[in-house]
Amino acid sequence: MTHDPDIDEGLNEHGKVAISVHGLVVGFGEKLIMKGLDLDVMRGEVLGFVGGSGTGKSVLTRTILGLIPKRDGKIEVFGHDLDRLSRVQRRLIERRWGVMFQHGALFSGLTVKQNIQVPMREYLDLSDRLMDELAMLKIALVGLKPDAADKFPSELSGGMIKRAALARALALDPELVFLDEPTSGLDPIGAAEFDDLIATLQKTLGLTVFMVTHDLDSLYSICDRVAALADGKVIAVGPISELVQAEHPWLRSYFHGKRARRMSAELTEAHHSGGASR
Amino acid sequence: MRIAASPAILDLEGPSKYATHGDAGRAGDAVMRIMPAHPRFTSEREDQTVRLSLTGRWTIRAGARIEEAAKELLDEAGGGRKVTIDVSGLDRLDTTGAWVIDRTLHTLREAGADAHLEGASSDHATLLREAGFRTFKQPKPPERHMLVDIFADIGESVVLAWRDFMKGVSFLGELVSAIVTSLVNWRKFRAASVFFHMESIAFRSVPIIALINFLVGCIVAQQGIFQLQRFGASTFAVDLIGILVLRELAVLLTSIMIAGRSGSAITAELGSMKMREEIDALTVMGLNPIEVLIAPRMLALILSLPLLTFLADMSAIFGGLIVASVYGGISPEIYMSRLQSAIALNTFLVGLIKAPFMALVIGLIASIEGLAVQGSAESLGRQVTSSVVKSIFMVIVVDGLFAMFFAAIRY
Repeated sequence: MTHDPDIDEGLNEHGKVAISVHGLVVGFGEKLIMKGLDLDVMRGEVLGFVGGSGTGKSVLTRTILGLIPKRDGKIEVFGHDLDRLSRVQRRLIERRWGVMFQHGALFSGLTVKQNIQVPMREYLDLSDRLMDELAMLKIALVGLKPDAADKFPSELSGGMIKRAALARALALDPELVFLDEPTSGLDPIGAAEFDDLIATLQKTLGLTVFMVTHDLDSLYSICDRVAALADGKVIAVGPISELVQAEHPWLRSYFHGKRARRMSAELTEAHHSGGASR
Repeated sequence: MRIAASPAILDLEGPSKYATHGDAGRAGDAVMRIMPAHPRFTSEREDQTVRLSLTGRWTIRAGARIEEAAKELLDEAGGGRKVTIDVSGLDRLDTTGAWVIDRTLHTLREAGADAHLEGASSDHATLLREAGFRTFKQPKPPERHMLVDIFADIGESVVLAWRDFMKGVSFLGELVSAIVTSLVNWRKFRAASVFFHMESIAFRSVPIIALINFLVGCIVAQQGIFQLQRFGASTFAVDLIGILVLRELAVLLTSIMIAGRSGSAITAELGSMKMREEIDALTVMGLNPIEVLIAPRMLALILSLPLLTFLADMSAIFGGLIVASVYGGISPEIYMSRLQSAIALNTFLVGLIKAPFMALVIGLIASIEGLAVQGSAESLGRQVTSSVVKSIFMVIVVDGLFAMFFAAIRY
């Protein structure tokens, strides 16, 4: 692979924006899913992305990742227009992001350790010893026990699969991480632990996190900003406290539904009594 | 003070160059396009005191170079009583860098040196703490003995083969009871499902079955005529075609084709349903998966295979007729009358009787293998392969058993 240090190491990137999407149009057949969507994700922030089921949250993620072709618009990652990059340059960008799929998408024929080592093996010439150590380190970082390393995905519980998938997403120490519903299917305790884990890793590794989620807890506890998707556009972006005040009917029902009201009440209470809340 | 051997010579320019690098690159000044700062360090040594100052980017992107740098770090500090690793000049650090730096510290301490870290920014300190060195308990691989392993393997295979057989028998029992239940209880009979599977098993394989048997008929005719010509007995080739095709070839080829085509499909369908817990879902709804999923497929197979065998008989005989008239000069009229005298109804029935048994064998193996699929995609592939191999093998074995049986009863 010809080396392109500019992109590989992010040498000339001074912008504060990690992902910038402009006028994105995506559709299947007659149906348009994205109708000129604009969104900026800042470096070092945790952006929560919400929207009703079927509004295309996953479609946006997959379009940014290049899994779904777009009809129009511009997507810049770390300031590089993805359309203008050569294949090699694009690979270099891909090495700088990690993706955690909703259902893990772990390779079922490989153990957890081998799963984590796949990108390392593919892109780097590290010794087996270091790769083993790094894989074990990642396993420890995401809070899995060492004996999970040699297990196959089919032997893992749902929560362990999520953690293993996160460990694989972090294999190459990415700057940007995409998480697709990281806490879906976890019990509240597991989900809260996972939120903490993401927050810790984000702080430790200085990650930019793009997180599709439905989990109001996650939105309140770890997201710096929240973007809401409706009618193929981002209808509001901002800290959750702003979005809660928004007038859009969907947002109102989303944040002022039964479940959300209870949570925001709890949080305000915690706030008043001096409890920590981000 | 000296600069430690650096893995990349180009790196000798300090990190200060990088501020200007971008602009220079844009100006097209190729000389200035130096490589980014790889992991590097400088060392100062005073008797037993070593001071290592790290610079550059200690990240995973450096690949093998970060390992080389870590090794050099260790070499350089070797023998020092007091080692200080200064990380204040680091350009960038990630978990990999933190790991190798902390590992070096750890190794030095183990060797008895007083090693410590200096000048870590708060971000780097967090990284070095979170991704710090630790040992992982690796389970010991069990001890192996060649000879014992071989015997253990043989024993295991024998036991497994016996279990396979018993599983087949018990499965057959369950299947028969399921089919009988559904036949007795007409309302529960899934006719739509049976016809649906018959379409995919029988109807969709008509072209390929007709084609391969036509070709085999042609080949047998050509060889028969060619070999028998020397004895002036080329018309006996018709006897050969009639008996060989009707008794053996048509049913065998059809069964092998269906084992490959439909047996594999059944295994894959059942296997992926097993993987996605669909079979468990049926069970908890109080439905018997054997009755719902397997019995219709099995009935479809048992009904389809005789039909296809008949089709195979006809195409092979037709293939023989074409070759006989074009290549052997045997007119269709002679071919037909010769055929009539050579074969009787029993020749035709021998082939046809075998067909449902072949179907049963294929269906049983395909279903058992399908239900044996575990969670992984690899296991699905393995089970499908095993289904096809086993059923083709068993089809041939069953054909052999039938040959012995028919010979014994002189049919």
